[in-house]
Amino acid sequence: MSEPDLPAGVERREIAGETRLATEGSPVYGEPTADGWRAWDPERSKLGGMFELGLDTGLSGGETVLYLGAASGTTVSHVADFAGPTYAVEFAPRPARDLVEAAEPRDRLFPLLKDARKPETYAHVVEADVDAIVQDVATRGQATVAARNARFLAADGRLLLAVKARSEDATAAPKAVFEGALDELRETYEILETQRLDRFHEDHLGVVATPR
Amino acid sequence: MTDTDADAGWFAGRAADEAAGRDPVEAARERIANGETDRPRDWPALAVESGFADSTDDYYDRLHEATVAATRATVRERERADDQQLIHAVRAMDDCERTANELAERAAEWAGSLFDDAEPGIEGARAVAARDPDGELERRAVSLAERVVGLAAERDALAETIDRIAPPVAPNLAEMAGPELAARLIALAGGLEPLAKKPSGTVQVLGAEDALFAHLSGRAPSPKHGIIYTHDYVRNTRPEDRGSAARALAGKLTLAARVDHYAGERRETLHDELRERMATIRARAEDGTDGDAEVDA
Repeated sequence: MSEPDLPAGVERREIAGETRLATEGSPVYGEPTADGWRAWDPERSKLGGMFELGLDTGLSGGETVLYLGAASGTTVSHVADFAGPTYAVEFAPRPARDLVEAAEPRDRLFPLLKDARKPETYAHVVEADVDAIVQDVATRGQATVAARNARFLAADGRLLLAVKARSEDATAAPKAVFEGALDELRETYEILETQRLDRFHEDHLGVVATPR
Repeated sequence: MTDTDADAGWFAGRAADEAAGRDPVEAARERIANGETDRPRDWPALAVESGFADSTDDYYDRLHEATVAATRATVRERERADDQQLIHAVRAMDDCERTANELAERAAEWAGSLFDDAEPGIEGARAVAARDPDGELERRAVSLAERVVGLAAERDALAETIDRIAPPVAPNLAEMAGPELAARLIALAGGLEPLAKKPSGTVQVLGAEDALFAHLSGRAPSPKHGIIYTHDYVRNTRPEDRGSAARALAGKLTLAARVDHYAGERRETLHDELRERMATIRARAEDGTDGDAEVDA
């Protein structure tokens, strides 16, 4: 099985004696760096895990991205390093403070303190037809969040979603939770690929989808 | 105002703001924070078209500057909403509710002597307030009912405010307990820091001080729960498991308060663990396993 190419700007590089996924940019969370490249830890990032596991994200670099659930900016800072204009939505003020710090030196990363369940509160800022939506929100109703935000995505765009089983129902079997989420997603999206991210993130499902 | 496409964007109205002498950074912050529209559009192109930016690159530079400033300012503002304000809000809400109910009784009693169809409670007061009074006595009774309706509305407005300010003050506690119960726990403890310093057993019986002192003086069994009884995990667990449920909930609420006070960031595992623990406790009812009555006794 041939592995899909990494986007331009994401490379496997030798950092601190190990070959690691990396992007070029200023460090954000104390990650190891070498020659201006920062290691991208797949255990701390769902998208990093998806790259590491070889999912075909359809990203080639330079895309316009809407990132939902940016938290303190760990993953979205890497995204902004290789993508084009990147909108980062985070709801909680404390992590958003760190997100702002990560965004400051990245001139195409736009931090927004908004609730991803309410896209109408940021549709006046986030542009239409983005190339990719990356979603990592740990709340119930993750498929609903993806459906509501479909309005931002270009017809041939990609949804890169990490579904966290425990956020939906901590007691149900993850498999059943994933099935339910995928069923709901299919109303808005065509599912292109799914893969469990368990090697890096327990009880998470990585999903690549495109609007129907 | 005509709603052309560009008018719906965050950058609209800048010329008017400048003409009105408003600080452009503050004005942009407000629009980014409070603006709304249903449909995203090609904002970079519209911004260039409308003359806001010279080029797409220039637009993105301005967007970066504006979103960084706006988000930083809003974060600061939300963090200032502190626990003491939350305590004022929850106490004021309770006062409004209690007073509204008391006055509603008085208004209903009075209205009952004047009108045939006077009903008790806030809803009854609402009906009386909507009447067209005839004569001085009816005017007074209707006016009294209007105060009741006003107080009830204030109570609802305070509840909405609590829903909004509790999550930034205590994100984990508010998520776990719901904003209102979180505010009550903080109020009973006297603040987030004192709550964070309380042992879980104290949190479990906060609001049940009468029962606790009755127990300590040997007159009653120990209370299983205080105000946390209002939480679904306690109230909707069968009676024989409520002690376990209250203990589990109080334990995690205590940790949530500590994370909120000392770290201030959302901690997902805390919520997962509580959900799992509650599922185990509630599964006892389905298995027909004995509850924990003997443990609590």
